[in-house]
Amino acid sequence: MRLLTHNMLASNVKGVTNGFPLRLEAEKWAEKEVELNADFLRHMFSKIEWKALAGAARAVGYGELPDEADASMLDSEDFLRRFHHALLEIHVEEGALVCPESGRRFPINKGIPNMLLHEDEI
Amino acid sequence: MKLKQLEGLLGTLQQFSHPKVELEQYPTGPHIASRLLYTAENTFGDISGKVVADFGCGCGTLGVASTLVGAEQVIGIDIDPESLEIASINAVEMELDIDFIRCDINKLRWRDHWIDTVVMNPPFGTRRKGSDMEFLAMALKVASGAVYSLHKTTTRDYIKRTALRDCNARSAEVLCQLRFDVPQLYKFHKKKEVDIAVDLWRFEPCEKIMIV
Repeated sequence: MRLLTHNMLASNVKGVTNGFPLRLEAEKWAEKEVELNADFLRHMFSKIEWKALAGAARAVGYGELPDEADASMLDSEDFLRRFHHALLEIHVEEGALVCPESGRRFPINKGIPNMLLHEDEI
Repeated sequence: MKLKQLEGLLGTLQQFSHPKVELEQYPTGPHIASRLLYTAENTFGDISGKVVADFGCGCGTLGVASTLVGAEQVIGIDIDPESLEIASINAVEMELDIDFIRCDINKLRWRDHWIDTVVMNPPFGTRRKGSDMEFLAMALKVASGAVYSLHKTTTRDYIKRTALRDCNARSAEVLCQLRFDVPQLYKFHKKKEVDIAVDLWRFEPCEKIMIV
């Protein structure tokens, strides 16, 4: 799971109203270089919840993102490179996503988060 | 990438070893998958540089095809862990980066309209009535651009009416009719191979979600 995907997910436990962002607990992750696409990053910037991305990046030991960001920063090549790295080049392999309201843990195994709920959670 | 080349690559993917009838697991053949993605990209520009989700991805054929035609990020979702394992292997063997999530499509809680494009070969809803429209409603909730889906031609009028009335679709258009080869996977299949006519649909979501 990449951090781009993390930025889209919310807790789906019944009754939870504030299930975003899921707290990322990363035990194992890998980094893999991919080509930077500046147009795509600009497109994604408007959708990304920046604080959630910066928090998830810190959970995998990447502290190079500023705490706040605005669209004017997209002119900076250095900023784009960091944004690109956090969003697309880090793969969380093992760990968990934790619901911020209920504390429910969704395990991540072999890179795949398991968001299936038990019958009493639906 | 040329259509024939895409179809050829998809033909090398591993498919279900033990398909599950309750999930209506039918493999999306390379012929249909290549045409779906080729049309989405070349006619509408809905794939390259986009975030694409493959709903009920099974062995990942549509997700792999999306990546091959240039999607920036592809996310495959399925409820079945064995399918996801095969899909992961398929992605690795093609040297593609695809994210997978295990989830029930009905229980997705994603930020609205966050995905650009959804591609899917949903259950036809013959084993569990309405499951096809549940997939469609959720797809139109998370997509901001377009949803591509396959449905039996015999249900064409119903699909159009229900999509526009109940599933947050702003538009619903049949792009072409295809033949879906369903091999004899299950015991209740009497014939060796059944040829089903399916429509390739393109839906666009309403900007505001009216129905939850």
